[in-house]
Amino acid sequence: MREVNYLRPKNLAEAVQLYRTTPGCRLLAGGTDLMVMLHARTLRPEPRALLDVWSLPELKGVRRVNEALEIGAAESYTAIIRSPDVLRDLPALAAAARTIGAAQIQNRGTLGGNLANASPAGDTLPVLLAYDAVVVTDRRSIAIDTFFTGYRTTALQSDELITAVRFPLGRQVAFRKVGTRAAQAISKIVMAVSRSPARIAVGSVAEVPLRARRAETALDRGDVDGAVAAVAEDIRPIDDVRSTAAYRRAVTQNVLRELTQQ
Amino acid sequence: MRFTLNGTAISLDVVGTRRLLDVLREDLHLTGTKEGCGEGECGACSVLIDGEVADSCLIAVGQVEGRAVTTVEGLADGGRLTALQQAFIEHGAAQCGICTPGMLLAAHVLLQQAQRLSAADVREGLAGNLCRCTGYTKIIDAVLACAK
Repeated sequence: MREVNYLRPKNLAEAVQLYRTTPGCRLLAGGTDLMVMLHARTLRPEPRALLDVWSLPELKGVRRVNEALEIGAAESYTAIIRSPDVLRDLPALAAAARTIGAAQIQNRGTLGGNLANASPAGDTLPVLLAYDAVVVTDRRSIAIDTFFTGYRTTALQSDELITAVRFPLGRQVAFRKVGTRAAQAISKIVMAVSRSPARIAVGSVAEVPLRARRAETALDRGDVDGAVAAVAEDIRPIDDVRSTAAYRRAVTQNVLRELTQQ
Repeated sequence: MRFTLNGTAISLDVVGTRRLLDVLREDLHLTGTKEGCGEGECGACSVLIDGEVADSCLIAVGQVEGRAVTTVEGLADGGRLTALQQAFIEHGAAQCGICTPGMLLAAHVLLQQAQRLSAADVREGLAGNLCRCTGYTKIIDAVLACAK
């Protein structure tokens, strides 16, 4: 078995430099997905090195930047849940973080990892869509609704590193995840909804976490029944090990109705 | 690389991308830490890193450089069991024993962090630790016996 090198940069500048210049390099943060795949040897292409950004101080913390809250890409879900700023300004993000795995995973999982992994079932991703979050990288800002480009693919360039996620303030977002049990569940569906402006973001119902655009148009008119009808057409669920397309469609409609009544 | 293991500073020459779990068991012969699923689902490999519980199957050993790692072997003070370990014995909170080290570490953190604990708090706090014998009730009783 080929040895995978371990690289630990001292600061963000060194991380950016190493990521650009090291062939076959993958980023490692909390490892909750990557280490499973590394051990099972299912990472493609097979990495030659892991660049550990977990401890970089520039990627930690929750801070107020003008009229936004910025969360470091390698900040843990536990720190996000404990942050008074998040609890006050982004309660739906705290709610989503609390549904991820259990203590062991919340202590290691990160927003940067959830984004880069780009799983359609990523629990925080609909919340980011509902808040119109901005993905901040080492070179630019990417609007979240252009970030997911296909099944587990993103707008990131191959040597581009997520440094933070920026959330505009002043929006009310409701969140709900439906899984097999309260902890350690991968969602059957996961949803975040903002009434004004209308944002309906759903995970585990398509190849990407998606915005239900037709349902949003109806909700913008205040037409909840129309939104509930339209969302079934906006999503593209499949049958898989966790659920069926029919169940996901029905539950998406029910959860949308529930969240618009909050 | 250097880190603190169960209160003792150690120095190791290992590939940093190896799993902490494997280095603990194979190189350091600390076999109290168990491998269950190897996917971060079951919590059998739980250890404490700077006092926070984590699955050692998901951690590259290089990531604990400079940090303090506690395994189940580090809970007891010499031969003296902690109150929690004693309570596990008294309540029959171990059956096959595979989940026990992880349960003890997760419960240890829970008892340190919470002022008061209800059965629901314990269930939530131990949600990342699966017992394949399904002996949860006695585990929760043992933790509650140590809570205020």
